Amino acid sequence: MTVSAHYQIGIEVGGLPILVNTKDAAFRDQLAAHYAGFISRSQPPRFHLDVELLSAPLNPGAEIAVEARNGRWNVRRADFIAECDPQAGRATIRQSAGTHSFDSALRIMHTLALASEGGFLLHAASAIRNGRAFIFSGVSGAGKTTLTRMAPADATILTDEVSYVRFRSGIFEACGTPFAGELARNGANCAAPVKTLFFLEQGPENHSGEIQPQEALRLLLRNILFFAADPELVSELFRTANEFLELVPARRLTFRPEPHVWSLIQ
Amino acid sequence: MKPTFIERGTAIASRLLGNEMMVMSVKDSTFFTLNELATVIWNAADGCTDLSEIVCQKICPAFDVDYQTAITDANRFVEELSQHGILVASGQPKNAIETVKVSA
Repeated sequence: MTVSAHYQIGIEVGGLPILVNTKDAAFRDQLAAHYAGFISRSQPPRFHLDVELLSAPLNPGAEIAVEARNGRWNVRRADFIAECDPQAGRATIRQSAGTHSFDSALRIMHTLALASEGGFLLHAASAIRNGRAFIFSGVSGAGKTTLTRMAPADATILTDEVSYVRFRSGIFEACGTPFAGELARNGANCAAPVKTLFFLEQGPENHSGEIQPQEALRLLLRNILFFAADPELVSELFRTANEFLELVPARRLTFRPEPHVWSLIQ
Repeated sequence: MKPTFIERGTAIASRLLGNEMMVMSVKDSTFFTLNELATVIWNAADGCTDLSEIVCQKICPAFDVDYQTAITDANRFVEELSQHGILVASGQPKNAIETVKVSA
């Protein structure tokens, strides 16, 4: 008779509880450390996620491929294969050991789940100040982590890399995430209504300026994280991006790397 | 010159912001911002009107541009967007194609 133990851990980002099942106690402990602040006992979980650890990469060199077909999601990359049935609330990941592959698959699951619920993940830092969330979007090198490092004590950092935007009760909220960038620190696990979306660029002086709606939409779509070539979800995402910009003012934030820039963010 | 009838693709999402049309292919997520002139062509792309007629009636008088310049630009615009399925160009009007299909 073979006896095998199962270990569970709940991870909840953006109010989406996922119960992870693994046969590897060490991996469970790695997840507990990596997602500190986002460990959850919420019941029932939205997804039961079974993780199978492999000793070698599955598809060496393979580019990421995401398919949403017949209501099921399939994600393939060199280091993992993930399958998800959102209706049944069940998902599986076969992956290389470690949290890197798991974290990538988790982000993609969230992009797919959010796309059908009027939200999105955005390549952006975000923070709460005076009860309102501010989002700072930009490509790598635009200054997301730099701005985050200079945040005043009264600002609550939600993330320095991947912002979580969801639509609830008629408003867009930003939620904290464990999806960290150079800061290598999980964001605070809380949420607030979004007050302003800033598109970042570094410059000789601090300045917050208006941005044309067309430009705002172009920049927003460019920075939304989405991988599935699924016409229905892409169409939904386009609609969501437009609705977001109708409700949330977008501005360009030019700044020099010194803390005074936060006087423009409140 | 052969007539060119243009129609908006079906796998697209679009939104008018100001005088400019934002168009995205939902197949490959390619995003286009159509300027005011291109937006006029987009709005007139009913599959039944020849592109040269659109240029003559809606572009030249409104934008103070000569026909040859405008039709050259319009053809280039149609060719580029057709490559992404944003526009569909045909040598026959939409109704004529439907008639052929029915009679066949």
